[in-house]
Amino acid sequence: MTISLKPNNSSPEKLQPTGWLKYLSFSLDHKVIGLQYLVCGFLFYLIGGSLAGAIRVELISPLSDFMPREVYNQVLTLHGTIMIFLWIVPVVNGAFGNYLIPFYVGARDMAFPRLNAVAFWLIPPSGLMLITSYFINGAAQSGWTAYPPLSITTPAAGQIIWILSVLLLGGSSIFGGINFIATILKLRRPDLKLMQLPMYCWAMLGTSILVVLSTPVLAGTLILLSFDIVAHTGFFNPSLGGNVIVYQHLFWFYSHPAVYIMVLPAFGLVSEILPIHSRKPLFGYTTMVFSIMGIVVLGLIVWAHHMFTSGTPPWMRLFFTIATAFIAVPTGIKFFNWVATLWGGKISLNAAMLFSCGFIINFVLGGITGVALAQVPFDVHVHDTYFVVAHFHYIVYGGSVFVIFSSIYHWFPKFTGKMLNENLGRFHFIITFIGFNLCFAPQHWLGLNGMPRRVAEYDPQFQLINQISSVGALLMALSTLPFLWNILQSILYGEEAGDNPWNALTPEWLTSSPPPVENWDGEAPLVLEPYGYGKKDSNETQEAIR
Amino acid sequence: MPKLSAILTLTTSLILGIAGVWVAYNVNMLPVSASMNAPVYDELYRVLFIIGVILFIGMTALVIYSLIQFRRRPGETGDGIDLEGNISLEIFWTAVPAIVVLFVGLYSYDIYDRMGGMQPLMHDHSGQMDNQAERVWGGIGSGPIESSSKKNSSSLPIELTAMQFAFIFHYPKGDIISGELHVPVGREVSLKMESKDVIHAFWVPQFRLKQDVIPGQPTILNFTPTKAGNFPIVCAELCGPYHGGMRSNVIVDKQEDFDTWLKENSKESI
Repeated sequence: MTISLKPNNSSPEKLQPTGWLKYLSFSLDHKVIGLQYLVCGFLFYLIGGSLAGAIRVELISPLSDFMPREVYNQVLTLHGTIMIFLWIVPVVNGAFGNYLIPFYVGARDMAFPRLNAVAFWLIPPSGLMLITSYFINGAAQSGWTAYPPLSITTPAAGQIIWILSVLLLGGSSIFGGINFIATILKLRRPDLKLMQLPMYCWAMLGTSILVVLSTPVLAGTLILLSFDIVAHTGFFNPSLGGNVIVYQHLFWFYSHPAVYIMVLPAFGLVSEILPIHSRKPLFGYTTMVFSIMGIVVLGLIVWAHHMFTSGTPPWMRLFFTIATAFIAVPTGIKFFNWVATLWGGKISLNAAMLFSCGFIINFVLGGITGVALAQVPFDVHVHDTYFVVAHFHYIVYGGSVFVIFSSIYHWFPKFTGKMLNENLGRFHFIITFIGFNLCFAPQHWLGLNGMPRRVAEYDPQFQLINQISSVGALLMALSTLPFLWNILQSILYGEEAGDNPWNALTPEWLTSSPPPVENWDGEAPLVLEPYGYGKKDSNETQEAIR
Repeated sequence: MPKLSAILTLTTSLILGIAGVWVAYNVNMLPVSASMNAPVYDELYRVLFIIGVILFIGMTALVIYSLIQFRRRPGETGDGIDLEGNISLEIFWTAVPAIVVLFVGLYSYDIYDRMGGMQPLMHDHSGQMDNQAERVWGGIGSGPIESSSKKNSSSLPIELTAMQFAFIFHYPKGDIISGELHVPVGREVSLKMESKDVIHAFWVPQFRLKQDVIPGQPTILNFTPTKAGNFPIVCAELCGPYHGGMRSNVIVDKQEDFDTWLKENSKESI
């Protein structure tokens, strides 16, 4: 290490810039990197959200009249890619993972701080590259799935830039995954056992296993696809003897686990938030751990349920139906356990709690439609329709994005030392919840009745429902305003939070807000019961903390 | 007390169950059913809908009830009860979803079988008896299993070529080329599909059937229309700028009308 040549013995973290400039630097501090991920992800969320707005404006009328058809396809491709690879995956993994995991395992930083910084700094350039490809000959227009031969026959420049940026983002994700696995398994404070870790650590361990196992498959597939585009090879090009279905298998081998990469960390975050705001232990810790690992295993063997209409043989359709439907079992356990965590608590109805409960309700609906979609005979009707659009937005927006907002309300006092305004937060929740459901619930009906997804024009009989959906989208867009105002207000004039405003027991609250560079001034606290609410001795600990 | 809660639980589940069944039979979210496997599909849909409504209303009610009942009253301090788990409860809500899911899986297997999904797909476009067995990837068939042996003689073969952005139908019998699909009521149609350029999908919402049309890999879709009328054919796989406009019609006629159409458009006498 070059650092050891320096005369002083400070750790590398202490040589970093200070003040707000550190957020623009190649910082090695996991907390700085976490917030870099969060803010960067949120900026991309605003861009991806504007693109979603453009889609909903186009769909107000049944004709393709708002933007050219090619541009519409570019917009939907960019919307999907940005929301998945630049907002949800980096935020639920990178932002909260980097900020929280070292606290939870009692470490002063991640296992590989430099790799961590590299993983973050891959994101802004690849994101910018992706978005600016719109101005060079147009962005990719084959959807975020980039199925060949469409992705081979559409303009090459945009598609190649899309592949490059997804490869870089996948690389960033893999670096992050390796780092999380190493940190959780190897940097645990002495005397802290795996089964004493907060649930988010288990969620991140499971997610990182999925990332490390499946993302390389996507990378390989996209490299082959780029060969087909640039060097006119025939891996997936049927006119050169290639096979388009093989691409779909390889693509979904990553992209179905990608759903769990977006959702499992959200499960973990909810498991941290609910006990604190209902003042009760997390219900069924052990079953929660096993259900996470069950989801990881099952998540790897269900990919072909995205391909029930692709001409898959009957036995394959059956196997993937059963495997997919069984994911409902470990997922169901988690939801029942969360409701049991609320039961008999002393629940604070603050914004963090409301967003988490909104998540439970939305995700249950998304899960039910998911089990339905897993059934081959059901799927052959609604596959590739707005029913699917509704289903996965209930999972990734109603699920993950609600949890991201919940987590921001929960950890903002730790990030900044300032409290957010709870009334504004509740207002934000109500508008988001109504807007989201107004936007996506009617889309189930659209899909069942014959509206395919990814279309710029549609049968006029669907106009009214599409307009209702667009009003919901407008509400969702407006709902970010009270949120941004709240953040701004709080940073400037917010009430001081103190070290532990929620009287929480998990280790990140047992230090100052914001925490010092190496997390604790003294030794890391040993928290053996992160969810020990309602216990006599834990009350004493809490007294001591106060 | 335990007795009271047991009665409460039972009544709520009963009310939920009735509500689920009522909703499923009174809220119709599906278009007209116009093929032999559409009523089978609608049956599956109804069962899934009942289970879904019960689960969704039940979970939502539990969450809202907890939020109201266990909310922190003003001035209240302290923690909730110290309850870290309950093995029998956890076993219960692992077993129940597992049984429900298993039931749904087996039931949908049965539905799939009744739709003809498990039959070996056969097609006979006479005159194409290649030595090399042609590799055809199957969609869902619609004929009952007993008729599968005589399927070849009774089903109407039609070839579909999809391209950006049109469906072209070819009737080997009569050598007709048409942009719309004409089929008779009550006879099984065997649609052999292949794409010229990118992946498309053939979807008729009223038939509850969809099959991708793939370049380089012919696919087959069997169905039996049961209702005369005019239904949309929709492309359901993103295929380029005009994907939303790639639509056609399937015209289901009575046998006589179909025969007339066939006769009028044939290039050769049949």
